[in-house]
Amino acid sequence: MPFIPHSESDIRKMLATIGVDNIEALFDEIPANLRMGKLSGVPEGLIEQDIARLMMERAEADGRPLCFMGAGSYDHHIPAAVWEITTRGEFYSAYTPYQAEASQGTLQLIYEFQTMMAQLTGLDVSNASLYDGASGLAEAILMAVRANRKSKSHRILMPVTVHPDYRRTANTIVKNQNIELLEVPYSPEGGHILTDSLKAYEGEDIAALVIQHPNFFGILEDVDLLTDWAHQQGALVIAVANPIAMALLKPPGAWGESGADIACGEGQPLGVPMMGGGPYFGFMCCKKDYVRQMPGRIVGRTLDRDGRVGYTLTLQAREQHIRRSKATSNICTNQGLLVTAATIHMALLGAEGLKRVAQACHANTRKLVAALTASDCVETIFNRPYFHEAALRISLPLDNVLRPLHAQNILPGYALAKDYPELGDALLVCATELRSDADIDTFAGHLGRVIEKQTAAGRPVKPKMA
Amino acid sequence: MLIFEHSHSGRRAQAQAPQSNADVSDIPEDFLRAMPPGLPQVSELQVVRHYTRLSQKNFSIDTQFYPLGSCTMKYNPRACNTLAMLPGFLARHPLAPVSMGQGFLACLYELQEMLKEVTGMKAVTLTPAAGAQGEFTGVAMIRAYHDANGDTARNEILVPDAAHGTNPATAVMCGYKVHEIPTDRQGDVDMEALRIAVGPQTAGIMLTNPSTLGVFERRIKEIADLIHEAGGLLYYDGANLNAILGKVRPGDMGFDVIHMNLHKTFSTPHGGGGPGAGPVGVSKRLEPFMPLPIVGYDGNEYDWITEDVRPQSIGRLSAFMGNAGVLMRAYIYGRMLGREGMHRVADFATLNANYLMARLTEAGFDVAFPGRRATHEFIITLKRQDKELGITAMDFAKRLLDYNFHAPTTYFPLLVPECLLIEPTETETKEELDAFVEAMIKIKQEAENSPELLKEAPHTQPVRRLDEVRAAKQLDLTWSA
Ligand SMILES: Cc1ncc(COP(=O)(O)O)c(C=O)c1O
Repeated sequence: MPFIPHSESDIRKMLATIGVDNIEALFDEIPANLRMGKLSGVPEGLIEQDIARLMMERAEADGRPLCFMGAGSYDHHIPAAVWEITTRGEFYSAYTPYQAEASQGTLQLIYEFQTMMAQLTGLDVSNASLYDGASGLAEAILMAVRANRKSKSHRILMPVTVHPDYRRTANTIVKNQNIELLEVPYSPEGGHILTDSLKAYEGEDIAALVIQHPNFFGILEDVDLLTDWAHQQGALVIAVANPIAMALLKPPGAWGESGADIACGEGQPLGVPMMGGGPYFGFMCCKKDYVRQMPGRIVGRTLDRDGRVGYTLTLQAREQHIRRSKATSNICTNQGLLVTAATIHMALLGAEGLKRVAQACHANTRKLVAALTASDCVETIFNRPYFHEAALRISLPLDNVLRPLHAQNILPGYALAKDYPELGDALLVCATELRSDADIDTFAGHLGRVIEKQTAAGRPVKPKMA
Repeated sequence: MLIFEHSHSGRRAQAQAPQSNADVSDIPEDFLRAMPPGLPQVSELQVVRHYTRLSQKNFSIDTQFYPLGSCTMKYNPRACNTLAMLPGFLARHPLAPVSMGQGFLACLYELQEMLKEVTGMKAVTLTPAAGAQGEFTGVAMIRAYHDANGDTARNEILVPDAAHGTNPATAVMCGYKVHEIPTDRQGDVDMEALRIAVGPQTAGIMLTNPSTLGVFERRIKEIADLIHEAGGLLYYDGANLNAILGKVRPGDMGFDVIHMNLHKTFSTPHGGGGPGAGPVGVSKRLEPFMPLPIVGYDGNEYDWITEDVRPQSIGRLSAFMGNAGVLMRAYIYGRMLGREGMHRVADFATLNANYLMARLTEAGFDVAFPGRRATHEFIITLKRQDKELGITAMDFAKRLLDYNFHAPTTYFPLLVPECLLIEPTETETKEELDAFVEAMIKIKQEAENSPELLKEAPHTQPVRRLDEVRAAKQLDLTWSA
C-alpha cells in the first residue's frame, strides 16, 4: 500500500478501539445507493522505478529547445542554491503560517520578501503573493476600484500594449462586478500607448489607468507622462512591471511626480523555472495608504510576550477566513514556495547582480535583432527603445518560417498575429542573459537558410519598407 | 537576524551574475533607475546558511505530525518533486508549440482523465490555481449558464454557515449575494431553513461534503433535488475529497460543478502557503462554459482546446496553464497510487480519524458531534475547559507545539465554540497517533493542575506568543536600516 504504514495488527487493534469489525463499517453514513463501483478508468499503481522511467522518457521527448521566446515567461539563470533550499522539507511541506510560533522561518522569509519587493518597485508595502501576473492584474483592478474613493465609475483604461492574456484574464475575473475595461490603442510607429487617444477621456471619471512597462512588445512607455496624466484625472495608476527590468529601469514608485499607486506583475523571472507555465507567482506592491485594500496575505513584524522580535500574519481583517463575504478577495492558498525561491534568488543576485542580468538581456536582444535583421526579409516594426524583447516583421508567411526552425529545436519567438493581426507576419523575440553569441548565430544562421530556401522556391517577398 | 543585517557594502555572490556590465547606452537616461534597490549584499554561503537556518524554525510534515483539519497534511512523496522537476519539463516554455511538449501534455491529459473518473464528472479543467480559484471558476460558470438561458434574475448563492470563508467571498466576487443556511444539531444542513431559503432568486448552493464539521451530509440527494427543482445548480467544494476517494463520487451525488484541492487530496506540497491547484469538474450542461486552456487529444496528438471550440467559455484565469508543475506532481502521485491506492486513501484516512476520535473520547474529551462517524477529520470542543478552567482552544493549540506536534485547526468552523478540527491523514502510523493522544492527555492534566503552562505556551519555540494587536496597529511590513 503506497504511503500507508498500517500493519495487519495495527488495523485490528484500531478497529477494536473504535468498536467496529472492518474499515468498511466506517462508511455506513454514506447512503448505499450513492456508493461507487470500481475505478476502472484509473490505471494500476506503479512503483517509483516505473513512474521514474515513464517521466524520464516524457521529459526527454520534450527536447529542451534553444529559447528565444518571452511574452511573459523568461529563460533566466537560476542559482543551484535556490531550489536546493526551497525544496527542503521544512519549507516545502509546511502549511500557511497560521501558527506563527511554529512558522517563524516562513514568516520571516515573507517579511524579507516584502521588503525586497518594496525596494524593487519603489513602493511602500508588498503582499505575500497572488497566483500569477495576470490574475494579479485582475486583483489590482478590483483593488483600485475599492481604493479610489474619488471615482464612482467602474471604468479602467486598459492599453492594448498590455499582455493580451493578462487583458483576457482580467476581464474574466472583473466582469461579474460590472467593471469595464476600455481599450487604449498603440502607436503604429512607436509601439507605445498613443497619448493622443487618452484625450478623449479627459475630464471623465476613470478609476485607474494600467501601464505595462516594458510593454508586451518590449517597448518602453512614457511612464512619467502617463502617470501624471492619470493623476490629474483623479485616476490611480496600476503598473504591470517586470522584476528584472526594475533593477535597471526607473521603478513604478518613481514614475512621474508621485509614482504609480499599485505595482503588480509576474514574479517568474526571479528564480522560477518556465515549467510549462506555472507555478509562478504574482507580486503586488502599493503605497501605504492603500494597504488595507490589498488582497492576499501580509506579514508584519511585532514582539512576543518577552519583548523578542517575531513575525506574524497581519491585517487579517481583509481576508476571507475572517471577513467571509466582505473580504478584499477570495484568495487563500497563494504561491508561497515560489516566494521562497524568489527571496533566495534576490538575496543571491542582489541589486548589482539583477542589474547585470537586465543589462545582459538588453544587450543580447540588441545583438539578436541586429543578427536577424541582417536579412533583407526581416525588419524591426517599432522605432522606440526596448528592453529585452522586440517585434520583428518577416516578409514571408510566418508559419513557413517557424516550422523548419522548430525542427532545428529552436524556439524562435512568439507569433503576434493572433492578437495583433494588423502587424501581419510578426514575431516577438527575446534573448536573455543565457543566450550566447553562438546561440544567436545559430538562430540567425538557420533563419537565413530557411529564408533562402523559401525565396528560392519562389515565395513572394514583400519589399522592406523604408 | 534578517538577511539585510548580514549585508556588507560591495559584497555579492560573484558566480551568480554576468562578470561585467553590458552596454545599455542606447536606453535614454530618463528611463534608467537613479538609485539601486536596497537588496542585501551578501555572499553565497551567507544566503545558504541564513535560509537553511530559517527553514529550521518551521514545523512541517517532513519533521512533525501536522493534524491540521481541512488541510490534509499527508506525506508529499519525494518522487513527485524529483520527477516533476526533470530538466525537460522545467525548460518547457508555456507558449512553445505542442509538438515540442507532447510528453508534458500527455501527463496533463491523463491527469484530467483520472480526475474525471474519481469525481464522476463529465469534463475537467486543470487551470484553476487553487481551491478558491476553482470556486471562482465554478460560480462564474453557474452565472454564465443562467445568463445563457436568459435567466438573469437569480442573484443569490446559498452557503451553509459551516462553509469555508472562500465560499462566501467567491460568491461575492462573482457578483452574487450570499444567503447563509444554518446547521442542525447533528451537523447536517438545516433542511427546514434550506426549504424556506430556496426560490426563484437562487442561482445555486455551495456545499462541502463531507462538510467542514467532519461528517457526511446524509441527505445530499434530497438537497440536490430541492435545488435542481428550483432551477439552481450545486457547487461542490472538494477540499475534503480525501475522505471519500474511491468511495462515492460528487458526480453521483448530483453536483453540477466541483473543485478539488490537489494540494490536499493529491498530496502536492503546501509550500508554506502554496502553490496549490484547484481543478474543476463539470456536468454536461456546464461543459461549454469551462475556462481555457484545456488539454485535448485526438488519438494522435495532444493539443490545447481554445476559444474556437469553446466560444461560450468564461475565459482565462491566468496567463498560461495554471500551476502546471503542481499538476505534474499530482499526476505522478495518482499514477503511483493507481486504482487500488485511491480508495485505500479514504479507508486509512477514515480509520486514523475514527481511531483518534475514539481514543480522545475515551480520554475524556468532548466530541462536537457524538454519535456521528468521523470522516477523515473530526472536531473536539473545549467549551467545557473554557468555562471551568478558562483554558481556550488557542491555549491547547499553543501547548501542543511544546510537545512537538503541530496544532489542529482552531476556531474553524466558526459555529463550534473552542474547537479543534483534527485531521490525521492516512500516512501517519498508529504509534504517532498514540503519542499525540498521550500529549493531549498530559495537556489536559496540566490544564487542571498548572494552567499557566498552557496560558503562557509555547515555551520551546523560537518566539513566545506574539502581540497581534501591535502587529496590526503599529504596522511594520518592510525593514529599513
Ligand atoms: C473547505 C475548504 N474550502 C476551500 C478552501 C480553499 O482552498 P485554497 O486554499 O486552495 O484556495 C479550503 C482550504 O483552505 C478549505 O479547507
